[in-house]
Amino acid sequence: MAKPILYSYWRSSCAWRVRIALALKNIDYEYRPIDLFSEESKNNAEFVKHNPAKKVPTLVINGLSLTESLAIIEYLDEAYPDPPFLPKELDKRSYSRAIALHIVASIQPLQAINIHKMLNEKEPGYGDFWCNHFVNKGFLALEELLKKHSGKYCVGDQLTIADINLPSIIYNAKIYKVDMSKYPTITRINEILAEDFRFKLAHPDNQPDAPNKN
Amino acid sequence: MAAKPILYSSWSSGCSSRVRTALALKKIDYEYQPVNLLNKQKEQEFHGNNPAEKVPILKINGLTLTESMAIIEYLDEIYPDPPLLPKEPELKARARAIAFHIASNIQPLQNKPIYLMLNEKEPGYGDFWCQHFISKGFKALEELLQMHSGDFCVGNQISIADICLPSIVYNAIEKYHVDMTPYPIITRISNKLAELPEFQVAHPNNQPDAPKN
Repeated sequence: MAKPILYSYWRSSCAWRVRIALALKNIDYEYRPIDLFSEESKNNAEFVKHNPAKKVPTLVINGLSLTESLAIIEYLDEAYPDPPFLPKELDKRSYSRAIALHIVASIQPLQAINIHKMLNEKEPGYGDFWCNHFVNKGFLALEELLKKHSGKYCVGDQLTIADINLPSIIYNAKIYKVDMSKYPTITRINEILAEDFRFKLAHPDNQPDAPNKN
Repeated sequence: MAAKPILYSSWSSGCSSRVRTALALKKIDYEYQPVNLLNKQKEQEFHGNNPAEKVPILKINGLTLTESMAIIEYLDEIYPDPPLLPKEPELKARARAIAFHIASNIQPLQNKPIYLMLNEKEPGYGDFWCQHFISKGFKALEELLQMHSGDFCVGNQISIADICLPSIVYNAIEKYHVDMTPYPIITRISNKLAELPEFQVAHPNNQPDAPKN
C-alpha cells in the first residue's frame, strides 16, 4: 500500500483539520506542500490531476483523491473506525456534526484568508473589522452550543469531529484580535486540545512548509 | 411515535429548503413553524437575543436539532430509506464533498445579511461580491460534477449533494442574476431536480409563509 498523500498548506484551517484527523487515526502520510499564494505551486501538474479546483486539503488515499475537509474526515472515520470521531448515540452524533458544521459553514468561510485580503484591499482595516465581527458572531453561538453539549470536550467526554474543527478557528480568532475572555467554554476546551500531542503534531507551526522554522 | 416533528423554517432560507427536501424524500410528515428571518434579524440587531437561534431547527424524537447538514445526516441514519448517501465509500465521500462545497464555500458568502452589509458599505458591492463568489464556487462545482455526475450530482442516485443544489441555483439566478451558460451540468441537474415532486414541495414559493402574488 502506497503511503497516503496530503496536499496541504501550513496555515490552511481546512488542511489543519485533516492533519488532526490523520494524527488521531494514527495514519502515516506524505506531506506535499502547496503554497496558496503561488500560482506556480498551485499549478503543479500532479496536484491539479488530483484536484482540478486546486484546493487544499486534497487527500490521496486508497486510490481516491478526496476533497473538502469534512467529507475527508467522515471518510476516514468510516474507513478507519478506531478511535471514533462520532459518538454512537444518535443525539450526540447530531450535536457533534452541528458544532463542526457551525464552525465550517458559518464561521470559517467568512474569515478565510482570501476574504480578509479582499476586504482589506477594498478599504484598509475593513477586512480586520469584518473578520473580527463574524468570528465574534459565530463564537457567541458556539459558546451557547458548547454550554449545552460539552463535557471535557465539545460533546461529552469523547473527542469528536467538533473538536477536530475547533483549534483552527481559535488560531485565527487570535489573529483577528478577538477577545477570548467572553468565551470561557471555548477557551477551556481549546486549552485541553492544545495539550494533546496529536493536535500539536497537526499545528501550523509544526508543518514542513511553515515559515521561519527554527 | 410521539407528536409530529416540528420544523422551524423560513420560506426563503436555502438551509431550510434542504431540510424540507430531505423530509419530503423520507416521506416524513411534519408541522411547519414559520420564522420570519427579517424580523428576527431586526430583533437580534436591537436586543442581541438568542444568537444561536437560526433556521432550520428540527424538533424530532424528543431532540432539538440544528445545522441543516447535521439534520440531514441524522434523518438518513434513522430513516434509511431512500438513502441520501451512496453505500460505496468513494461515492459517499464525493456526495459529501459536493454538499459541503456548496454549504461551506458558496452558501455562507452570499446569504442575505452578508449581501446587505456589503451593499450598505458601498451600493452595488454586495451584488458584485455575491456574483463573484457564486461564480467562483460554481466553476469548482461544475468541475466536480464533470467528474462525478450521472443523472444526478453523484452517479444515478439522488444524494445529499442534490439536496443542496437547488437553493443555491435559485439564488444565483433569481437573486443575483448569475450567467449560467458556463455551467451546463449544474443547469441540467438543477432542471431535472425541479421536475421531482419532493423538490417541488420544498420549493420556497410553495411554503406556507411565502409571499403570495
